[in-house]
Formats: sequence, C-alpha cells, structure tokens
Amino acid sequence: MKKLINEPEAVVDEMLDGMVAAHPELRRLDGTEVVVRADAPVDGKVGIVSGGGSGHEPTHAGYIGDGMLDGAAAGQVFTSPTADQLSEMIQACDGGEGVFCVVKNYEGDVMNFETAMEMAEMEADTEVDYVVTNDDVAVEDSLYTSGRRGVAGTIFVHKIAGAMAHQGGDLSEVKRVAEKANENVGTMGMALTSCVTPEKGEPTFELGDDEIELGIGIHGEPGTERTEVMSADEVAEHLTEAVLDDLDLDEGAEVVTMVNGMGGTPLMELYVVNRRVQQLLDEHGLDTWDVWVGDYMTSLDMMGCSITVLEVDDELKELLAYSVDTPALTVADEE
Amino acid sequence: MDLDTQREAVVEAVEAVAARLDEEKEYLTELDSAIGDADHGANMDRGFGAAAERVADADDDPADLVKTVGVTLVSEVGGASGPLYGGSIMKASQELDDGITPEATVAFAETYIETVENRGKASVGDKTMLDALTPAVHTYKKSIETDDLEPLEALAKAVDAAERGVAFTTPIRAKKGRASYLGWRSVGHQDPGATSTLYIMEELLDVAANYLDGETELETDAEADVEPEELEEAAEAAEGGDGAGGA
Repeated sequence: MKKLINEPEAVVDEMLDGMVAAHPELRRLDGTEVVVRADAPVDGKVGIVSGGGSGHEPTHAGYIGDGMLDGAAAGQVFTSPTADQLSEMIQACDGGEGVFCVVKNYEGDVMNFETAMEMAEMEADTEVDYVVTNDDVAVEDSLYTSGRRGVAGTIFVHKIAGAMAHQGGDLSEVKRVAEKANENVGTMGMALTSCVTPEKGEPTFELGDDEIELGIGIHGEPGTERTEVMSADEVAEHLTEAVLDDLDLDEGAEVVTMVNGMGGTPLMELYVVNRRVQQLLDEHGLDTWDVWVGDYMTSLDMMGCSITVLEVDDELKELLAYSVDTPALTVADEE
Repeated sequence: MDLDTQREAVVEAVEAVAARLDEEKEYLTELDSAIGDADHGANMDRGFGAAAERVADADDDPADLVKTVGVTLVSEVGGASGPLYGGSIMKASQELDDGITPEATVAFAETYIETVENRGKASVGDKTMLDALTPAVHTYKKSIETDDLEPLEALAKAVDAAERGVAFTTPIRAKKGRASYLGWRSVGHQDPGATSTLYIMEELLDVAANYLDGETELETDAEADVEPEELEEAAEAAEGGDGAGGA
C-alpha cells in the first residue's frame, strides 16, 4: 500500500511536528505527544481537553483554539494516550478554574483518563471533571467498549463545552452542557473500504468489492451488518433512520446534522449523501437549524461516512454559534 | 524492619517480578493471543523491566518506591493494563506512607483491588485478573486480621488462593475486557491477566521469604532477622502489580 510515511513508528511524532509548524498558535509539550494552545493555561477559564488514539484527524488537536479545546493528547494510531501524558496535559491546561476532559467511550481511553485525573489531583490538586461521549447508535457493546462507542458526535460536545468555558462557565456548568449535548446526539457510520493502519500497512478488515459495512466503528471495528453496495440515497436513508429511531424526536424538533467523512471519501460524495439526509429530515417534520459536512472524525483512509443528528435547544444553539477559531473549525464572530 | 531493609526488599521484589515476567512473556502472549490482542506478555515485560531500572537507583521511602513502580507502569505498559496495574499501585501506595506494617499492607491490597474494580468496572467471575486477585486479597486479609497468621504464611495462603483463581478463569466466559467480545468462544482459555497476577504474587512470596520468618509451602531459607511488615509489603506489591488481564 502506497503511503506518505517515513517510518510507521514515527508517524504520530512527525505528524505533530508538522502540525505545530503549520499552526504557531499551538505548541507541543516537551517529550510528549500532547499539543496545547501556545498560551495555555488560560487564566480564569476552565481548561477543556480531549485526546485519544491518532488516526482520526483533524480530531483531536485540530480543535484546539479559542472557544474549543485547550489541549489534546495524541496516542499511537488507534491507541489511547498514556495516563502520565494525559495528566501532564491536564496540569498544563489548568488556569485555576479546573479542567474538563471530553473522553470518547473506549475502555483504554476511559481508564487512562480516569487514572490521569487521579494523578493530576494527587500531584497538583487540579480540579477535574469529565464526560464520556457515547453517541454511536450502531452497537451496544463492541470490541473496545462497554456500552456505545464515542464517535463523530463528540465534536459537537467539544464545541459546546469549549464555548461554555470561553463564556466563563465554571466546571459544573461545562459538565452540564457537555452531558446535555451527549444525551441528545446520535451517530451511525458505514464503510465502503477498510482503513490501512501505518503499522500493518494493509487493510484492517476484508470487504469485498460489492460489499459495504453498516455501523462501522472509527477503528474499522465491526458494525451491525454487511450488505451489498447501496446507492448514496439508500445509505443516507439507512443511517439517518437508525439515528432518528434512537433519538425518538418529536415532530418540529430543531436539529443540527453532520455528514462526516471517514477520511477517504471525496467531499462531492458527502454532499450527495447530505442532500438525501436533508430530504429525510424534512419528511420527518424536523427543523434543521445547522448543517455540517466534512471530515471531522476520520478513520485514517477509510472510505465511508457517518451521519450525526443533535437535537438542540436555545442554549445549545447559542453555544454552537459562539465564535471559535481552530485549525479545523472556524465560526466567525457575529458582531 | 528498618527503612533501608524495606527499601531493599521492595527493590528485590520488583527485580524478581521483572525477571519472572521476562521469562514468561511468550507464554503470556500466547494466552493473550487466544482471547485478546497478543500484547500482554510484551507490555508487562516492558513495564516491569522499566520499573526495575527506575527503582534500582532510587533513594526514596518504600512508599515512594512503590508509587514509582505504579507511575512507571502507567507510562510504559499503555492500553488498559497501564491504568489497571500501574494506576492501582500508584493509588494504593498512599496506604504505605506511614511505613509498611501488616495493617498497611492489608490497606494497600484493599485499595489496590478497589481501584482495579472501579477502573475496570469488573468483578469476580468476569474472567479477569480480579479472579486471581480477589480470593488472594480476601485470604490475605483474613489470615492477618482474623487468623492472626504470620505475614509470610498469610502471603503463602494468598498465593494458593490466586492459583485456584487462575484455574477458575479457564472454564468461564469473559464478561469484561477484549475477551468479552468473543463471548462463549472465550471459554476454555486461561486469562492472561490473572496469570501474570499470579506470577507477580509468587515472586513476592519468594522474595518475602528472604526477609520474613514463618511457614510457607515453598522451600525457603527464611531468616528470623526481618520483621513481618516487609512480607506484607511484598504481598501488597504483588497484588498491586497483578491485575491487568481482562478489565
């Protein structure tokens, strides 16, 4: 498999060097795979941090900036960062108001974050709290999780928690809105092809030329079913209906939708999918308040997409509309 | 026993565990390849190897040495085993702050197992290291607190209990950890985390016998010039070092 890689074991290190070289507003903590705002910690603001395995770019470090994350830890590809690095990140992002961690529900991530929070409390008396995101409606338990997996809906949680912290919300207010977002969001993904991890250099799983996998995880872990190739409209219908079934929204509910690329799918195709998603939401009598289309939470070079629906109220709308300036996401100030 | 002797015993115990895991890494990996992701042997070997190097030159109190072992495992083992083994040792090391006494070692063991349970959200019967750890800790506590046994004897009984716990993991179905995804297919395979936990405890017993007087089922040359606390410390360290397997 042809790749723009030097040494597989150096991929994460070299990616982070290249990333901070592109974004002087970011800096890397010495001797770690942790990236933080160059001006971290921000005094008087709750620090918002996240992290997880690499391979989901622009997640997580791409969302560091004013109004979103203060820091992000990058593990090896599809592997949790270690707790000692997470603890360093937490301490580096504590501006005196505590630190809030957004953790995707994978056993390694949750255990390492929990251990890291204990370390930060023991070593630096840092006040910490966290949310575990679990928006994937496809499977209840999986290869890497008890309960549902945390996937693309996590980006909405980053945005909402980040805006609340930037507005001056304290740790408990940040947690409240992060949980509210997590409780009202659902996602389901699908794959046309497997991803190829740098270390293995070949597809993680076999998928025939005439097959797709529904409910796929963001590490290529199994989904709910394999079927014959479907049209873009059929894929949109399958995923959207599964998410809406899970959310069980009232008619007239206001929603934000995300059509997320898995890394190897052209934007052209994501827009084709989004076209049908929006028709379906209309048919369900839902009121689309905002639409996101792009690569937000990828799985290396996997071809495929996920569809996320978040039900919003006035508070979540205000937080989503709040200005943000990060490498991967910008929302301009309305004033 | 004095602090220097305690320190020496901790270092010796960590080195013995590191040597044992180095010997057993291929077998542990074989066990893990059947129901996990085939990295338990290498990860534990790397972690304890680094911990042995780290404590060899350290001049800390015994409690800080034990904490160093935990922090090293957290950073070197990775995955879920890092927080399970290392994070739990790190947290439990606080129980030794006022010195290594029989009571402190019981507290260490209990905090260790509680941290493993909370972090792994697992319990006995899930086919994890807790199947070795739980009977071992209960046996150790009862032997010290109720039966008034010498620490070395208590530790020997705990190792026996852990051994039975490891055997118990083979016929049962995994409910936690990577193996749980296999469901019934996990039946018939011994849990690697419970197994590495037993190895750690066996080494602690072996080292404890060099420092403590008392009866064990092992052939030892126990000397009478060391206090029981060290044994307990070793036991705690063993319990602490163990458990990653399934959760």
